[in-house]
Amino acid sequence: MPLLIDLLSWALILVGGAFGVIGGIGLLRLPEFFSRIHAASITDSMCAPCIIAGLMLQSGLTLVTVKLAFLVVFLFLTSPTASHALAKAALHGGMDPGRTRRLDGEAES
Amino acid sequence: MDTVVDILLLAFLAICAISILRLRDLFAMTMMFGLFSLISAGLFTTMDAPDVAFTEAAVGAGISTILILATLAQTSRREQATPARSKLVPLAVVWVTGAVLIYGTADLPAFGDPDAPVHNHVGPHYIQESGKEIGIPNVVASVLASYRGYDTLGEVVVVFAAVVGVMSLLGLRRRPPGLRPARGKPDPNDVLKVIATMVVPVILLFALYVQFHGEYSPGGGFQAGVIFAAAIILYALVFGLDKARQVIPPKVLNRLPAAGVLIYGGVGVVTLLLGGNFLEYYALAEDAKTAQHMGILFIEIGVGVTVASVMLLIYFIFSERGRGKRPDEGNGDGDGDGDGDGALSRDEGGTA
Repeated sequence: MPLLIDLLSWALILVGGAFGVIGGIGLLRLPEFFSRIHAASITDSMCAPCIIAGLMLQSGLTLVTVKLAFLVVFLFLTSPTASHALAKAALHGGMDPGRTRRLDGEAES
Repeated sequence: MDTVVDILLLAFLAICAISILRLRDLFAMTMMFGLFSLISAGLFTTMDAPDVAFTEAAVGAGISTILILATLAQTSRREQATPARSKLVPLAVVWVTGAVLIYGTADLPAFGDPDAPVHNHVGPHYIQESGKEIGIPNVVASVLASYRGYDTLGEVVVVFAAVVGVMSLLGLRRRPPGLRPARGKPDPNDVLKVIATMVVPVILLFALYVQFHGEYSPGGGFQAGVIFAAAIILYALVFGLDKARQVIPPKVLNRLPAAGVLIYGGVGVVTLLLGGNFLEYYALAEDAKTAQHMGILFIEIGVGVTVASVMLLIYFIFSERGRGKRPDEGNGDGDGDGDGDGALSRDEGGTA
């Protein structure tokens, strides 16, 4: 049984890590702002919860698990909101989701 | 493993610092500063200093970012090109300073060296005797609040002095120039508002936990004050400054920094009156450990009140300034960031 839990927890951690890498690649490679937000929010909404779930399995039924559960809930509420706020701020700032073009800051920085 | 994490984090720090130097977009720079603080917080955590990491994450990544943004809203978004001058002299100065600093580190004891003076002076006494003398598990809190009570009082006074400086330069108006609340279309920030109403109370509760559980777990007055202020600032960002000012009226807020320092100093005076030395908590109760607990609890409340109110005051003052200058900004978004967005769309128009 401990082996099974260990396997499951490492699988979750690895899947979470993979989502993080995918999100990172998307953030760098996707062509324009809104699809990049989409890539970044993958990291938020899949990577972190998966890793935290894996860690919860590692720590067993302790206070740490409860704290991690609170973290998941907090992330679950806040990260999509942050992505939403970012996208809205971009819309408000005059970015057009229809056009695909490189970001302005890209060339200079 | 720790070494790998340390090296990675330090490398990120260096990359951050270099990119801050190279950026010309002040908004992006602000974000990088936030990232820098967050990585520093991570470094502190790997060094087993969660108390410091707390403060760094909340102040460095949270509140100071917002303060810089509030300042940015009143200036331009781009850094102006500096006139071309000879770069040799600055380069020489930087090189010499850097060389002197690196030369200086040669004499420092190695990181974690048990023979370092820090670990041979009063440190071992604090670590070994804190359980017996103070009786609280968090040694950081017992050092901060009891052994080095004078230093912490000094720190609180410094925070107080900072807000006195800001207020005497900028001042907080009783009634700020308001934004026009009447708008035709429904308020567009519904998602933010719903989430904020769910999250802000939890953050406030967490601040109270950090405040009153600081003797047992990482935390204390400084951290709690900052988290409390961050919650109210979040509320102000989402619901607007006027609503936040209704939560804590400036008339009250103005007096709180001094009240916190008074609570802290008052504990000292009470111990004097009860026959002890200044801030010697043993005079507060019969039992030595109870006395220490009481003293630490009271002065942490003082610290928390001062820090929270100072952070809030500085935020209110900064974000008010932007409104005073442009009373008819705020067309639609209404959170005082109208100017920043305007600058953004100007940039867009210029380059598209």
